[in-house]
Amino acid sequence: MSGRTLLDVDDLRVTFPTRTGLIEAVRGVSFSLGRERLGIVGESGSGKSQTGRAIMGLTPPQARISASKLAFDGVDLLAASPRERRALRGKRIAMILQDPKYSLDPVMSIGRQIVETLRTHEKVGKAEARDRALAMLEAVQIRDPARVFDLHPHEVSGGMGQRAMIAMMLIAGPEMMIADEPTSALDVTVQLDVLGILDRLVSERGMGLIFISHDLRLVSSFCDRVIVMFAGKVVEQLKASELSQAQHPYTRGLLNCMPRIGFERHPLPVLDRKAEWAA
Amino acid sequence: MTAAITVDGLEVIFDRFRALKGVSLEVNSGESFGLVGESGSGKSTLLRAIAGLAPVASGSITVNGKKLGARRDKAFYREVQMVFQDPYGSLHPRQTVDRLLQEPLAIHGFADGEKRIQRALDEVGLGNGFRFRYSHQLSGGQRQRVAIARALILEPSILLLDEPTSALDASVQAEVLNLLEEVRRRRKLTFLMVSHDLAIITHMCERLMVMQSGKAVESLSAAQLVGHRVTEDYTRNLLRASEGFVRTG
Repeated sequence: MSGRTLLDVDDLRVTFPTRTGLIEAVRGVSFSLGRERLGIVGESGSGKSQTGRAIMGLTPPQARISASKLAFDGVDLLAASPRERRALRGKRIAMILQDPKYSLDPVMSIGRQIVETLRTHEKVGKAEARDRALAMLEAVQIRDPARVFDLHPHEVSGGMGQRAMIAMMLIAGPEMMIADEPTSALDVTVQLDVLGILDRLVSERGMGLIFISHDLRLVSSFCDRVIVMFAGKVVEQLKASELSQAQHPYTRGLLNCMPRIGFERHPLPVLDRKAEWAA
Repeated sequence: MTAAITVDGLEVIFDRFRALKGVSLEVNSGESFGLVGESGSGKSTLLRAIAGLAPVASGSITVNGKKLGARRDKAFYREVQMVFQDPYGSLHPRQTVDRLLQEPLAIHGFADGEKRIQRALDEVGLGNGFRFRYSHQLSGGQRQRVAIARALILEPSILLLDEPTSALDASVQAEVLNLLEEVRRRRKLTFLMVSHDLAIITHMCERLMVMQSGKAVESLSAAQLVGHRVTEDYTRNLLRASEGFVRTG
């Protein structure tokens, strides 16, 4: 871990009331994040996205969150007022979502959405905001920023939309970013471009990154450390470089179940999920 | 070897947009053939054109020796069935699994529906307990199993698979791919499978075709791809991309 701790999570729990009783989506997750890249991996329903949303303050209102500690840079997130949370969100903590098609405002031009983020958090004039938005679009390798600035989300490709979202998230200069499956909706070749941009910006700006994904191989090639979640719990925490020595059968299962070019295995090994892992 | 599907000079035009620009293809009977490419390359359109779901402007499609016209008859759909990408969108939300599986049987006038439904569910590893559930009560992997059961219930000889696992978790994907391989072996099916993931295609298929902007870039065998014996730069790029993220500098 490098430098001081940005985020401290201890015994985080997220519970949803349903007609059939309480469902615990996150059951006692603990980790801390410095200025590093941390991956959170698990299947659907493992609680990885709910962990990210709880940190961001985007948990649905009916859910209950508890933790013995949930602090961002010394600020107790659970005790913070909605107003304080809003000031943090976008300014110091940013989040990239999976699908640009659904997470950008469809009736607002891309440029205006970026400018809106900037002017919510900083006192800047219209002309300066526009210049900074254009510079940010350029930083995410959009070739013709002036043209893209005036386009609406439906007029751009998935990869371009995702770059625009990264630009929007980075414009206020956050210290921590949560990326929830940022490339799952993109083509393989575009995926690598977007990851490259994300990687460069995160290291240039010395941000802390939480990368949430179901693809263990991708995460381990991108992150410094990886947390593996199953049924709302952390089953294993390890350095990305030591992934091949993973101990937990669930981690090993996730690692082995993907088909790989040049490794013939018929049938593919499947996960044999054991109830005791969730205990 | 006989050809199960022959496509010759196929053009598909949506309004003025040429989605397929003269694509030719031959899939042998009992073979598993893959189509790879990025979004917009026309790989799904090719599949849909064979199933009769895309406007064919010119060119010909022959299935099991029969040249297809503008309309597909019932006999065609007994031979050729399709599994779609999104298991959340391809099952009727207000029908139970039982009702979903009865539909194709009713259309084709099968009498022994009861037995067939049970067999189809067993075959995809769901069992009778799932018969009277609605699709929203199933997980993504279970839904895709129902979609596969629906395709298999008419005992077709050809299965068209349009990214059957891209909406699923990696671990569930392995289960569905294993299921598909197993039914193919057992029933000697012909597969024509679309995916953007080269690793899945090399795992499932013997031969494949790489597509880009409505055209065929290159046809090769899975072994050639694994050995990196490719001739086109575009294929090489795809291959590099599928090896994962590599930090530069």
